[in-house]
Formats: sequence, C-alpha cells, structure tokens
Amino acid sequence: MAASTTTDNFKVIGTRPIRHDGVDKVTGRAKYGADYAFPGMLHGKVLRSPHAHANIKSIKIDKALKLPGVKAIVTSKDLPQAENKLEQSGEMVINPMYLSMNILAHDKVLYDGHAIAAVAATSPHIAEEALRLIEVEYEVLPPVMTVDVATKPGAPILLKDLRNKEEGDKQTNVAQHYQFKRGDVEAGFKAADYVIEREFNTAMVHQGYIEPHNAVGIYNSDGQATIYCSTQGAFDVRSLSAQVLGMPVGHIKVVPAEIGGGFGGKTTIYLEPLSVLLSKKTGAPVKLVMSRSEVLRASGPTSGSKIKVKMGATKDGKLVAAEIWMAYEAGAFPGSPVGAGAMCIIAPYTVENFLIDAYDVVVNRPKTAAYRAPGATNAAFASETIIDELAEKCGIDPIDFRLKNAVKEGDAQVVGPPFKRIGLIQTLEGIKNSPHYKSKLTGKFRGRGVASGFWFNAGMQSSATVNIHADGTASVVTGSPDIGGSRASMAMITAEVLGLPVTDVRPITADTDSIGHTDVTGGSRVTFATGMAVYEAAKDAERQLIERAAKVWEKKPDEVEFRDGKLHAKGNGVPPMSIKQLAPRFPRTGGPITGRASVNARGVGPGFATTLVDVEVDPDTGKVQILRCTVAQDAGKAIHPSYVEGQMQGGTAQGLGWALNEEYFYDDKGTLRNSGFLDYRMPTCLDLPMIETVVIEEANPGHPLGVRGVGEVSIVPPVAAVANAIYRAVGVRMLETPMSPPKLLKAMLKHRDSTKHSAAAD
Amino acid sequence: MKKTLVEATINGETVEFLCEPRQSLLETLRDVLELTGSKEGCLTGDCGACTVLLDGHAVCSCLVLGVEAQGKKIDTVEGLATQGVLSVLQNKFLEHASLQCGICTPGFLISAKSLLDRNPKPTEPEVRYALAGNLCRCTGYDKIVKAVLDAAADIRSQGEGKAAAR
Repeated sequence: MAASTTTDNFKVIGTRPIRHDGVDKVTGRAKYGADYAFPGMLHGKVLRSPHAHANIKSIKIDKALKLPGVKAIVTSKDLPQAENKLEQSGEMVINPMYLSMNILAHDKVLYDGHAIAAVAATSPHIAEEALRLIEVEYEVLPPVMTVDVATKPGAPILLKDLRNKEEGDKQTNVAQHYQFKRGDVEAGFKAADYVIEREFNTAMVHQGYIEPHNAVGIYNSDGQATIYCSTQGAFDVRSLSAQVLGMPVGHIKVVPAEIGGGFGGKTTIYLEPLSVLLSKKTGAPVKLVMSRSEVLRASGPTSGSKIKVKMGATKDGKLVAAEIWMAYEAGAFPGSPVGAGAMCIIAPYTVENFLIDAYDVVVNRPKTAAYRAPGATNAAFASETIIDELAEKCGIDPIDFRLKNAVKEGDAQVVGPPFKRIGLIQTLEGIKNSPHYKSKLTGKFRGRGVASGFWFNAGMQSSATVNIHADGTASVVTGSPDIGGSRASMAMITAEVLGLPVTDVRPITADTDSIGHTDVTGGSRVTFATGMAVYEAAKDAERQLIERAAKVWEKKPDEVEFRDGKLHAKGNGVPPMSIKQLAPRFPRTGGPITGRASVNARGVGPGFATTLVDVEVDPDTGKVQILRCTVAQDAGKAIHPSYVEGQMQGGTAQGLGWALNEEYFYDDKGTLRNSGFLDYRMPTCLDLPMIETVVIEEANPGHPLGVRGVGEVSIVPPVAAVANAIYRAVGVRMLETPMSPPKLLKAMLKHRDSTKHSAAAD
Repeated sequence: MKKTLVEATINGETVEFLCEPRQSLLETLRDVLELTGSKEGCLTGDCGACTVLLDGHAVCSCLVLGVEAQGKKIDTVEGLATQGVLSVLQNKFLEHASLQCGICTPGFLISAKSLLDRNPKPTEPEVRYALAGNLCRCTGYDKIVKAVLDAAADIRSQGEGKAAAR
C-alpha cells in the first residue's frame, strides 16, 4: 500500500529489480571483512579486562612473547599521546584521547571487556593461548553501573579529566547537560485539565548485527597502511585510525568489505588501529576478528536510561505543557545520544510550553555507539506512553489524540526552525486506514497499542562518479558501504537519469583512495545524500553526452536534448541517437565520459513512523506474543520499495526485541552475564508475525527525487506501542524495558493485589 | 599441534585436507578449504550463520570438529547452484529481497533447503519453526519466510509439471 505525493513519471524508480550484489550474496561469494586472507597473514587476539573498574598497576608480556608462534604484542605504550579535544567525526563528536583510551586501556580499565593488549601469532589459537600468559596486576575499584550511582555525591570518579563546568569545575561523572525550553511551563500545567507524571527506565541494548567486528591491517615499510574491514564508514575508519595511530590520513587506505549489519555500531573503530600496529611490528598482514562475547562486552551498545516525564493536556485533548528530565548511560566515555533523545522526545507534537533537561553520564559499561535513531527509542517509550494515558483520560482514541497534536509543515521544531513538508499525519492516517486497524481484536489478555516516532535523518558529505562505458552501459561509484541494498538504489537513480535498463548500470562501493570523501552509512543518509550525489553525477554525464552529440551533429549543445535515454537534435529530421550509438564516438569527440558530483547535502527531510501492534499476554508467565504488527512510515520517495519495506520491517523487529527481551545484564561486580546470543535474546522467526507496511510518500522538497531516507525511524515507536498494547491487554502500565516475562509478571501480580485491595475497600 | 588427514565429500567432490583436532568444521571450511560462504556469527551454535548439511542434516558447523567430517558428506552454500544456475531458493531470496546485509543468508538458505528436502509443503508456522535457529537482524524475517513459502510452491509446481510431462 502506498500513498504518494510524487507525480513524476519514473521508469526505474519505484520498481523492484534484483539487487546487483545479490548473486554474490546467495552463492557465498560476497567477501565480508573476516573472509579476507593474505599470504603470510598472522592472526590477532585481544586481552580484555575481567573487571568493570580498576587501575592497571602493571602488564607483563615476557612469558606470552616466548610462546612459539607469537610474533608481537602491543599495549597502550605503543600508542602515541592523543589530544584531549572535541572534534566532529561524521554524525558524532569524538575526543581523540578517549578514543585512544578505548582502543587500549591506558592506566585504567573502565568496563568488563575493555581492551588491554593485542597479540599477533601464526594462528588464532596460539594468539588465544598467549593471552593467558600475559600478566596484568589490577587495583580493583568499585564499579559504577547506573546513572543513579554515578550521580550520587561522592560517587567513584571514572575519568580524572572530566569536570563539571556547572558545579565549580569539580570532578564528575556527568559529561554534559543539555537544556531545551519554550514558553512558560508552569502556566502550561495550570491550563491543563489532566497531568500525568511518571518515571521510566530502559535497559542498555545492543544493535545485534550478526557479523562480529573484523579488520585486516597491512603496514608497509614505506609508511603506508591498508585496512580491510567491515564498516559503515571507510573514511571515518581512516580519519579515526589516523588520530589514534598518529599517522597522516593520506597514509592510510581503507577498503570497505561487504558488511554484515551495523545499525550504527560499525561507525567507529575498535580493531582497525590494532591490526595496523601489529602489522607494523611484525611486517606481516594481521587479521583480528571479535568473538560474539567480545562484540557484546566491548563494542558500542546503546544507552540504558532513566527518563522522568510530566505532561499536561486540556480535556479536549490539546497538549499544553511538558517537563522532562532524562539521563542516559554514555558508557565509559562521554557521548550518549541523550541530546538527540531530548530533541526527539516530544518532536511529533506541538507543545507550546516545555522544559527538557538531559544529562550524559559516564558509567562502567562499554562506550555506547550509534544505534538506529540513537536516543529516540528510549525517549519515545516514555513520551508515547504518557500520550496514551492522556488520550485515555480525555476519552479520545489514541490515534485521534495524536492527530489533534501532530506537527505539520510550518510548526516549530524543538530546536526552533519550522518543519518543511513532513508526513506524520499521513502515517497516522495510513494506520487508521490499514486492514490491521480496521480488523477487530477479540479475546482475553489481548490488546492493541499504537505509538509514533520522529527522527531527524542526516545529510552530510557524499561523492559519486558515473562512468559511461565503451558500449553505452555505465557504472556508478560511491563511497557509501551498502548495508541494506542501497547499491541497487544508486544504480536505479543512475538508470533513471540516463534512461538505461537498471541491469546496464553496475554500482560500486569504492575504497578511500578511489572516490571523494563520503561520510558514514548512517543517519538514514545514503539514499538521500549519496543518492543526491549520484543524481547530480548522472546529470553531469548527461550534460557531457549532450555536448558530444552536438559535436557529432555539428550543432550547439542547446540544440540537443536528452530524453528517454536518447539524444535528440532539435528541429530537423536527424534520427535520435542512443548512448550505445554515441559511445564508440567518445574517443574522437574528447575522450571518456565521467560524470562527477560531490555534495554536502542540505534539505534533509525528517522521518516519521507510526506503529500498530496487537499482543497477547500469557497471564501465568507474563510472556508477550506479538499477534500482528503494522508500520506506516514516510519515505519521501521509495526508490526500491522492497528495500524500503525491508528497513521498516527490520527496524520494527529490533524495536520489538528491545521492548520484550533484550537487555544487558550485569552482576554486582559489573560483569556482563549474558554476553552471548543464547542469553542476549533477540527475536527469532518464531517470535514475530509478518510485519505489514504502509509506505507513505510525502515528497521531501529538499531532494531532487523527493527522498527522505528510511533507515532509522521505524525502530522508534515499537517499544511504546507494545507497552500501550500490554496496558490494553492486562491493565498494567509498564515503565521499564525489557517487558520480559519476570518483569511483566511481577507488575501483573502487583496490579492484581492492588485491584483486590480496592475491591475490598469498596 | 599435530594435524590429522581427513577425507570428506564436500559439495559432491571428494576432498582430502589436513586440520588440527581443535579446529571446528567451520574454521576448517573457511581457513583450510577457503570456502568462506559459511559465516561465523557466534561460535556457540546460537545464530545459525554457519549452518551446513552434514549427511543431509542441518548442523551448526561451529559445533562440529573438522576431524568429525571424516567419511561424511557436507553441503555448503557454495554447492547450492548447479553449474552456475541458481537454485529455486536462491532465486526466491533475490526476488523477495530477503536479504539486506546478507551475512545470515548462507545459513538461512541451507536451513531452508533442509526443510524443503524433507517437507515440500510447509505451512508458515512450519517454516518459522525450521528457521528459528537462524538469526537475522536486518529483515524481521518477513521476506525470508515469504521466499521460502514461494520457493516451496515453485518447486512443487515444477514437480507437477514434470509429472504431467511424463
């Protein structure tokens, strides 16, 4: 089902061709990072801290070095001093010193799994044996696992350089305080007929990509290095690795391998600089691959959080005030997505008066990384639950309540500037008109919930080249690692502009030396921003084709037109010429044709989604079964509808896992107790129904094809939608994630007791 | 560590190889035989990305030792296509856009083949049950389940076509 505001008569865009990299991926030929092997290659392993918080007194590597087959060991002593400063890197702000301290612990370990040393040996098994021979002496410190503990007066301090500017420059675990406000909150609440105030807690969760982090580093004696790895951003790996290694950016080439999922988690570096360091010490290529346990313990999950929300509405269902306090776990180093969360938490609604305070808090957990609409899912869980409750108080259908308050073009965003054309209302109406919403849900312990979500989407830098081959076919080269089928979209945009069959366009993801700078595959930006570069590059090729045809016909370029994949001379009866017919004349008319474009994309179109979910709760165990689920999302323009649906379904599935089962479970010593897929329980095939999709196409005026980007926002509403559905099923408002059987059962028993008591009192 | 000589039939070919007793079948396939189509996602048998057929049964090759392959028949994703022609399952995965990143795809294809080999007419719950040992984080499984159901219908109609031709 699709509702479209784009009227363009596309031939390729909007169709569903087979992806160009498809055959390689169903035959096992596609090369992911861990599939690379080179002659003489060594294998690396990383020694990791068993403690959540400890000072490192000493590291002894002599015994390990003597093990036959061990070639080199590196510790933080092998890293240059990195600067303590803030720097923009793609979507994130990074501090090179903290980045370096995360790659290899300097004088302190800050979480269970923190890297301490890396070994290169002739086999991964020998490298692993060597880890056991490295002797580390620790002074164990009390672990700081939650924002509550971290912010208590006198709490153990994680980072000696972290100081609170708001509180007399004292040492602190609070890395950042953001505040957003508008209007008069007090007056707003006075005008409210209903006010709801609640506190929510969400657990730290992981992106859960199936492919562990990997890297092969090759350092040459001339000072040039090459890194092969699975990453969302080859250019970011290059610049971040250069910072950590103290190498010039231009001396590192990063070759992005096929990538086995990332969802934000592969936008930073872990093993990459270690592979180069070990290669430099040994003179051989060195490969490192994380185990699943290492991925969970020591890559970058997203923040657990504590969020207090107070919201008020008038009895006719108008939101009038919001007061919000939120604190996110950053992990061991500053940089949780709490700022983004704060800007998202009431973004879908017009609220005249609000005050939002948001805190970034360091704790003894792995440094968080981006995870699909970072920060927004936690936030929406809190606000969308309150909205549901206010709708109920007002006696208004939850979708109608949202429609009454929904933002539209011209309304102010939380940060101030007005929205351009957006599609929140259309997603709400899309759900209302869906077969799912129109169906009746009957039966005991069953409930239906709805929630909406917002995500900014990102622009940033992208480059593209379009090469026209000697036979009139083309290739399109970009620097965006393809994580979910985007190559097909790049080929489709090229084919659309040049009037070629999509099978005549070969899409390539190039290394950092072969294409202009391109920021991460993240922020839902590839089809939007890289797609914009591809569109412009194809248009550049088109312009050159027109010039060449004009030369052949001895006409001026403005006397030649390009349409339907053919060059037409205006006026006289010259028969049109196809690119295929023109291509053999390239050598005599000026040489090969290469269309080029680089953009720093403006005109980002925000994404909205609304999710409807039916659940059934087992009254004896508290287990929740998802019976039916529909997601409506505004794509702007769906270039390849199958992969747009795929993003919507995938984000929804991750959101459902977040809602029901997934959590980092630490013991009182700060040791992660569920660092495997058996106990970190992600949804399987059996846990989910088909996920129905409603693709809204409310064209983004900031993009030549109307594209918004679709990668992220679908993960935002499901947690709240499930909570709202559980409430309708069993009458319990869940205020924490995951809503797993033990937690829900406990809440249900408490609810039964309290209703019994009130019945007795009546 | 001393290596052992192993003889096995891999994707229809008799193969002799040396492996250490501590090497898993997955490691042997990938690092010794250079068949990197089978993927490592967890090494604990939880994700199914390394699924292969061992004498026709779907197993996690990370939980089998390389030396245990002695005298056995092993089928991997590299053997699914016949002389460069994709199998129905492979084609249906492409048609239905059943893969995004593609890292889980080899395991899903093998598990799905194992199901269709023994149950040519599975229901949706049967497909979901058979694939529950394979994790996919990109797709929400929707398009994978649809591809397997569609492949089963296609294989059946091909079979009926052949029967009618006889």
